[in-house]
Parts: sequence; structure tokens; C-alpha cells
Amino acid sequence: MDIHPIQNEELELLLNDISMRYGYDFTEYSRASLQRRVQRLFLVDRFPSFAEFRYRLQNDCQYFKRFVEEITVNVTEMLRDPTFYRTLRTTILPILATYPFIRIWHAGCSTGEEVYSMAILLSESGLLHKSLLYGTDINPLVIEKARKGIFPVSQMQKYSENYIQSGGLKDFSRYYTANYHLAKFDSSLTARMIFSTHNLVSDFSFNEFQLILCRNVLIYFDRELQAKVFRLFDYSLENFGYLALGSKETLRFSPAAARYRQVGREKIWRKVKDAG
Amino acid sequence: MQGRLLVIGGSAGSLQVVLSILKGIGQGFPLPVLIVLHRNSIFESSLEDLLYVRTHLMIKEVEEKQVLLPGRVYVCPPDYHVLVEQDHTTSLDYSERVNFSRPSIDVTFRSAADVYGPGLSAVLLSGGNADGAEGMEYVQQRGGFTILQDPQTAEVPYMPQQVLLRMTVDRIASADELPAVIRGLAHK
Repeated sequence: MDIHPIQNEELELLLNDISMRYGYDFTEYSRASLQRRVQRLFLVDRFPSFAEFRYRLQNDCQYFKRFVEEITVNVTEMLRDPTFYRTLRTTILPILATYPFIRIWHAGCSTGEEVYSMAILLSESGLLHKSLLYGTDINPLVIEKARKGIFPVSQMQKYSENYIQSGGLKDFSRYYTANYHLAKFDSSLTARMIFSTHNLVSDFSFNEFQLILCRNVLIYFDRELQAKVFRLFDYSLENFGYLALGSKETLRFSPAAARYRQVGREKIWRKVKDAG
Repeated sequence: MQGRLLVIGGSAGSLQVVLSILKGIGQGFPLPVLIVLHRNSIFESSLEDLLYVRTHLMIKEVEEKQVLLPGRVYVCPPDYHVLVEQDHTTSLDYSERVNFSRPSIDVTFRSAADVYGPGLSAVLLSGGNADGAEGMEYVQQRGGFTILQDPQTAEVPYMPQQVLLRMTVDRIASADELPAVIRGLAHK
């Protein structure tokens, strides 16, 4: 049992080093979660002292990659919160259907499960052929996985249940080919996806979208950074476009909130007025 | 910033004890109360409602970046870990389960101990899982006050037993004594 956790001041030093050396700024991440994950990495990799941990991070860019992978949270699943996807299916997609071309951004998509979920919904609404799904994440490794569209077969039962609860009427297994313990999702889905690294803290808007999904990402950011990211989304969202957040996240505290209207009870907001 | 906080952790067989504790402390308890219960994300989503109906206390589900206030009772939402920030706001975290649990009692105990130190009181109740034991030890190392439900009075004794295997807690109390013991924290 560790009784010498990394102190707040030490974490501060580390974050400043990383910002200077690599240009990744984690200083506005929720400190408690970050502290916990840095602490865990320090223990798992058995550093004898904070000084050695700090030195390694400053001087070994391969190790820094591992750091990014380990301190960002990459837990995700397909069709998580089925009622959310049911609302997308019944309320949002029929409106997006009126556009000649649909652009959707999954910000902080991790290994891509939500992007594949969305592609399935679009496909069942007959919209996939005129849609492009952009999946971005700060972490290059998860983006690599997302591109492959290969997920553990052991998850499929859970995903299939989510699928049915979300209003899916088909056999979920039609969307993947199982091979031993892996399930590879259909290339017709992947064909409409573009994956890329993007850092919500420092990177700019790269397109205009009708729908932006950013679920269970903002909980790791402090209020100031949340406000900054909302500005980025606001800027990247067409008028009358939609912003979807995680089930415990809200737009309420953002200055942009006044120009958005919540859709029903789900965490989906519609932009009703431009920043002007 | 130090302040005080009461965190109550429990799993299988702890709901009745939580209810009697909340009834026992009543309104105007001077510490914020944060409750971490293992719960099924689908079937028990209205735990706050249940607690409110039975206690008439101000019960809130934890929201992210919300300040913990005295006299309020906060319940961790299903499927998220809850951490406490230096400014006494809460953060939610959807990372890997800890001890097969999300929310994990260990995660909240540790995080709260880092912030509140000796101002923290941690209570661990009945359960069939080892979650919370490590956290109790950490709370004590950071100067906090640890209270354990006597395993002999626990519906599922495994969780409190795990604590006794690794440490000596500050106070052991039977299910019946717990409300009074916790009420006593108000005057500490």
C-alpha cells in the first residue's frame, strides 16, 4: 500500500514539463481523476522516486506516449445508454435526413465504439451513404484501433442487448464477422468514417457539422476548459445542429447555453441561434 | 481548504443501514454526507427517490463539479466513480471498474482522504466484496476517522471482515448503534 502519493505540487511540475516539452496541456483536466491515474502509472511502472518518473517523462518520448495512453480514460461501449440512441433514431436522424450531406463529429471517440454505433443507426435509417463520421481522440493508439473496427467478441452479447433496447429490429450479428475472440465490423460502415488525432485543449475547429457527440469526455475537464471546448463545438456546429453529451454532463453552465435548446430529456441540445 | 465530510460506503445488505443512519442524523447535520453504494445501473436508478421518501432529507445525485455542502446528502450515480477535488467539488469518472465496482468505494475514500485529511469520517457497511477496505486504511493514514459496521450485525459480513483483516478501525458499531455514533460526529 502506497503511503507516498504524488503530491499536488509534484503533479503541477510534471504537467508543466509535459506542456513545455510535448505541447500537451493537461493542466485544466479535473485534478482528482488525473492525480489518480498518474499515481497508478507511477506505481505500475515501479518508479523508485518522483524524480526518476519526471526525468523519464522529460527525456523519453516513447514513454510519454505510454503516459498519454494510460492517463486518458478509454472505457467505452457500443450503444451505451440505449434510450439516448433511441432518441437519436426517432428524433434527430429524421431531421438530419433532410440535409443533402450529413457530417458528424465524435469528439474523444476513444476506440470508436460510438462511431460504429452511429454508423449502424445511419445505415438503418438509409442515411449512411450520404454521411461522413469523423472520429477524433487525443490518443493515437485508440485511433489506430478505431480504424480497424475490431472489438472483442465477448462484448457482443451486451452490445446486442443495447441494440435491441435502442430500438434495433435486426439481428445485431449481421454487422460483424466473428473470428475466434474478435468481431470485425462491416467495411461498409468503416467506409464512411474518418479517424484522426485531435486535442480538444489546443486544436482548432476543422469542419462544420450537423451533429457533434462528445460523451463522457468533459467530465475529465475543469469548468474553464469545458467552457473553452463548448466554444469550439459552438464554432464547429451549423445553425440548427445538435450537440450530444454524456448522461451526467450538461451545457447549462456554459455561456453558449442561451443559444441552445435541450431536446426532450436526453443530453442533446440544438443550436437555435448563431453566435452572430 | 480542509473542512469536514462524511462518506458512507456499502454494498449488498447495506441499504437498510443507510436508511436508519439517515433517519438518525435527521436534518441540520453539519457535515455533507456522500454515499457510495454499489447498485445495479438499470434497476435502482431511483435510489435518491427511495431515500427521500423514507427520510425526507435533501437527497441529491452527485453531479460533476458540484460543491459539497453541509446538511445535504449526496448519492453517487450508477456506473461512475466519484472523486473529490481540492475545492470540495465532485468529479465523475467513467474509467475502469475497481474491485469489480463502479462506483468504487475505494476510489471515493482515497480521493476524499487526500482532500479532507483529518476532516474526513468514513463509514463502511455490509457487503459481499472487498471494495472499501484499502480505502479505509488510507483514510486512517491520512488522519481521518474510520467507522465500521460490526460484521456480526451485517447482512453480508464479507466487506467489513476484509477491513478487520488489515487494520484496526477507530470505531466498530452494530447496525443499531451506527446512527447514534454518526450523530456524535456532529460534536467532534
